[in-house]
Amino acid sequence: MQNILILAALAASLGVAAMAETVPNAISWAEDGSIPESLTGTAGNPDEGRVVMTTNALGNCVACHAIAAMPDVPFQGNIAPQLDGAADRWTEAQLRGIVVDAKRTFPESFMPGMYKVGPFIRPGVAYTAKPPEKPEDIRPILSARQVEDVVAYLMTLSE
Amino acid sequence: MTSPKGEDGIMKRQHRATAVAAVAAMLAMGAAQAEPAKDDELTINGEETLATQAPAPDHLQGALGDTVYSGWLFRDPDTRAMQKDDFDNPMFLFVDAGIEAWNTPDGTEGKSCADCHNAIEDSMKGLRAALPKVTEKGELWSLENFVNDCRTNRMGAEAWGWNSQEMKNMTTAIGLQSRGMPVAVAIDGEAAPFWEKGKEMYYTRYGQLEMSCANCHEDNFGNYIRSDHLSQGQINGFPLYRLKDQGAVSTHQRFVGCMRDTRGVPFEAGSQEFRELELYVASRGLGMPVETPAVRH
Ligand code: HEC
Ligand code: HEC
Repeated sequence: MQNILILAALAASLGVAAMAETVPNAISWAEDGSIPESLTGTAGNPDEGRVVMTTNALGNCVACHAIAAMPDVPFQGNIAPQLDGAADRWTEAQLRGIVVDAKRTFPESFMPGMYKVGPFIRPGVAYTAKPPEKPEDIRPILSARQVEDVVAYLMTLSE
Repeated sequence: MTSPKGEDGIMKRQHRATAVAAVAAMLAMGAAQAEPAKDDELTINGEETLATQAPAPDHLQGALGDTVYSGWLFRDPDTRAMQKDDFDNPMFLFVDAGIEAWNTPDGTEGKSCADCHNAIEDSMKGLRAALPKVTEKGELWSLENFVNDCRTNRMGAEAWGWNSQEMKNMTTAIGLQSRGMPVAVAIDGEAAPFWEKGKEMYYTRYGQLEMSCANCHEDNFGNYIRSDHLSQGQINGFPLYRLKDQGAVSTHQRFVGCMRDTRGVPFEAGSQEFRELELYVASRGLGMPVETPAVRH
């Protein structure tokens, strides 16, 4: 019974999110590569954002970035700038832009676009090494909600 | 990108602490940006020492600093040790199998490799160091192409799959005959157009992650992606033993894996594209001794 209730609640929230969500190709970008409006129309959840950032199959931000505020997370990479203090350096809109498609802020960046569906050269369906059968098979790495959750976490990183 | 493996990772982490100290020292001397192990030598069987670095080839125009480094220098001490002793190096099982196949007749002609080429130690010495190369017909061939050409056209035997165990046994046995000889692929003349295409591929950002070989192995060698210590992606040790796969890995198999990790669609092992990429990547290690068969994790 409890499970059914949870499922119903989940379905309802997904329905709401889906309705209000901005799809990758419909984002309103500002000149400087920032995105003023939330992709979901609601505020993200920083706790969820932390999970997305440290999970290999999700954002895996710690593959490249170290975050001293997460001392419990092992093997943080050293490819990219340490993220502590990110909220002091960037506005929320700028952080959203960096997470969605960092190349709009940093041309030629190594950082992958987390909410981007192309154009890409020889894109595969996730890590299957298989080409997409239809364009929709290339899904953004994170969902709109996950992007907002990550942005909400990044906004907690002030020093 | 792979998930961190407990023990493996811890080892690398410890290694990193010492490497950081080494880098601090190096930086103080104004040396390279890498942090490979500087305090170890690749001495095989306590006898022959292979250099694990070489002056960077001119064509790189400083892209890797002034030195190119073997992938061996970026691995942990246990993995490095396995390659120092042929008894500990699991690839030598495959070398034995390859030498047995060398001497065994196969196909409708009833001939073995040895019937035409005699001792592998003499006839195959230096070959691996010079491949891939352009044939008389103007095609760019890797070692696997030469092996299958003999099998199909001179032995009347079936071609081996590019990544088949039989093929890896043979390419490892042949490659070993060049161990210690400097990589010496030709990149000018007829090879130049193939080399140019390989170079273009090396700098192309493939897949949904939009990453090129250079993003990882040129811009970031010495750095860590999660627990992976990035090397220069040199191929002088292939085919090599990969502890993670518990088996032999060919050069093109590694290219497939790296391209898949960009959320991309790799070219096929043996394809024209990967032979061109192989030539270009080989040339980034010009002058470095062949290490075949190497051990990596
Ligand atoms: C493959 C590497 C890689 C991954 C994965 C990655 N980034 Fe980045 N990121 C970079 C690099 C490199 C930069 C530096 C900007 C540039 O490219 O010049 C950067 C810059 C940033 C910046 C601005 C830097 C600052 O603090 O001043 C933020 C914020 C950021 N990334 C957040 C994230 C988040 C959040 C994720 C995961 C959802 C992530 N990154 C995943 C490579 C990466
Ligand atoms: C997302 C990062 C990434 C990209 C992009 C990438 N590689 Fe790699 N590559 C790795 C990692 C991690 C390893 C294992 C550790 C090491 O040796 O660097 C590796 C290993 C290798 C090795 C084995 C080196 C050795 O000594 O064992 C070769 C060769 C190689 N890569 C070539 C390539 C080529 C060619 C491309 C482009 C088609 C490429 N890589 C793209 C991450 C990458």
